[in-house]
Amino acid sequence: MTPLLEIRGLRVEVDGKEILKGVDLTVNAGEVHAIMGPNGSGKSTLAYIMTGRAGYAATSGTVLFKGKDLLEMAPEERAAEGVFLAFQYPVEIPGVPNNTFLKEALNAVRRYRGEDELDALQFVKMMRVKIKELGIKDDMLKRPVNVGFSGGEKKRNEILQMAVLEPALAILDETDSGLDIDALKAVAEGVNALRSAERGMLMITHYQRLLDYIVPDKVHVLAHGQIVRTGGSELAHELEAKGYAEFTEAAA
Amino acid sequence: MNVSALPYQKDKVDPAAFVGGLKVVDREGDVPAWLADARRRAAGRFIASGLPTQKVEEWKFTDLRVLSQQSFVPVPAAVLSVRAVLDVLSVRLIMGPRLVFVDGWFMSEASDVSGLPDGVTVGPLSEIIGDGSDVNLSRRAFEMDEADEHSPLSDLNTALAGEGAVLRIGRGVKCSQPISIVFIGGGMENAAFHPRNLVIIEEGASAALIEHHIGAVPHAYLANQVSRIDVGAGACLIHAVVQDVPTQAYDLAASWVSVANNALYEGFFLAVGGKLSRQEISVRLLGKGAECRLSGAYLLRGEQHADMTTFIHHEVPHTSCSEVFKGVVDDRSRGVFQGRIVVCKGADKTNGHQSSKAILLSDEATVNTKPELEIYADDVKCSHGSTMGELDDASIFYMRSRGISESRARVLLIEAFVDEALDGISVECLRDAVRARSSGWLRGAK
Repeated sequence: MTPLLEIRGLRVEVDGKEILKGVDLTVNAGEVHAIMGPNGSGKSTLAYIMTGRAGYAATSGTVLFKGKDLLEMAPEERAAEGVFLAFQYPVEIPGVPNNTFLKEALNAVRRYRGEDELDALQFVKMMRVKIKELGIKDDMLKRPVNVGFSGGEKKRNEILQMAVLEPALAILDETDSGLDIDALKAVAEGVNALRSAERGMLMITHYQRLLDYIVPDKVHVLAHGQIVRTGGSELAHELEAKGYAEFTEAAA
Repeated sequence: MNVSALPYQKDKVDPAAFVGGLKVVDREGDVPAWLADARRRAAGRFIASGLPTQKVEEWKFTDLRVLSQQSFVPVPAAVLSVRAVLDVLSVRLIMGPRLVFVDGWFMSEASDVSGLPDGVTVGPLSEIIGDGSDVNLSRRAFEMDEADEHSPLSDLNTALAGEGAVLRIGRGVKCSQPISIVFIGGGMENAAFHPRNLVIIEEGASAALIEHHIGAVPHAYLANQVSRIDVGAGACLIHAVVQDVPTQAYDLAASWVSVANNALYEGFFLAVGGKLSRQEISVRLLGKGAECRLSGAYLLRGEQHADMTTFIHHEVPHTSCSEVFKGVVDDRSRGVFQGRIVVCKGADKTNGHQSSKAILLSDEATVNTKPELEIYADDVKCSHGSTMGELDDASIFYMRSRGISESRARVLLIEAFVDEALDGISVECLRDAVRARSSGWLRGAK
């Protein structure tokens, strides 16, 4: 079976500086992987190169998503194909109501997939169910996207978008950063609810604490632009105890 | 402002080209002596001054020389058929009570003023001058108050105006149904017409008024309009102006607004059409508790030029104003916003806030903004802010990462930006009518 995501020998430059130096990673449908590593190891670069952010250039290697060349696609095509990035710092968009944004996004993705667009009524009905599942208040839909949201609300809004778009691959970039324990639990519950046999997840995190709530199938350590170690969820605990010193020194 | 002291120049323009129509107007006959006299004097002033040049501070960013490269002619009669005009109205969804003018001429067959409450006077200026029954009313349309920011263009208007809309809402009358005034141009190529409007909202009355400036045929023509608007004590006027004339046309409009104690004037101005357009709004806050809220948007592309110039005079204590203007300019277009707020001596407890923001969609597009606060009183709160920039790349990427195409993301961001100004329109059906035109512009966005 074709893996959901297959990264081979990926090298990425940002501002002429090589950040990723040959990354290999395979994620199958139904699996949850965690990428851990010290600051500056290239974790966020990996997230951005997969979503097509400007300024991130792959100099060699391939990224195949369901067997298709992901790097050739525009950001909106990647989203429509089923790649979703929960941003570390969700962007505020003044004047665009969250509802409008979600409906535009969902219908754009549905059009791409050859499905009928949802009309206003169908959309409202669907949203009512989604926000109830995630424990999100109704007024968050009426407010402009992320404007004036607390850190927890922003992250919860990312999970809501994920629940609406139902991606095949969800990349969570430092989703735990800036969250207190209650918000972290709520977000983790949202993510766990979306775990399924068809969906793969890639969690990028510096700390192990998120992994107490979303237990990964595999843990990878990214250091100096390469995956230097791969293990099971127990690896996260080991890192928590020992820190990243071993990896930062090894490459120094 | 002392007009005679301004350095108007007559070089490079031929005033006679504009006042050639004078004779035509005179031949209409039956013009009362006071009006004939006012016209003669205004024509004399205009011939002496010529059109304002960019050396005049108020015209710093708008060059009218282009007008002298074209010769305009008066329109002997409306050339569009009633059917054609009704089609234009239906395409634009203009319904309900309305006065319709075609190339400056009143078209009664396309107008409808039935169903308005008692105490509302609405009709064409020519009728009110003609029947002589209310001389005070018709005179008011042409009166120059001492503080009026009149200019060569208003003189030209006075010299040539014979028609326009008159609306009077009698004391205490609440006219909830919005009234439309529609100016359709383009029936005749190179036409020039000079509407003169009068709006009087008497004490305690209220009304909503929407003005449409549109073109039936994409011809070059010149509309040079002057409106006098008096809002009486405790009265309220919600006024929206939609300028969506053909991109060959010149649309110049000046409004002189006076606001009495505890009265509100709310004005919204949209410019999406025109080769060159200007909305000049001059508001005098004359009584304690007088308030004015101005907002507007100019959405331009190609070679378009739109100018929005506002003057707000706080003449007594306890008055307030707010201004929110938004601009979106693409290609080689140019937008101008000038906003002067004057707080006169003794006008303490004044509140004034002005905001002007613009988005440039192209490297070759230009926006000129000039806020001016002149404060001669002590205890006032006045502020202004002005920003200019491009669409936010981070927002565009965020939307694209959710499946929204780049072009759609741009439209959503522009729409949200413009909405902040549109939100200033407090009457929903007016806001919807304005949004219909701004959305039309957005559909053409790249």
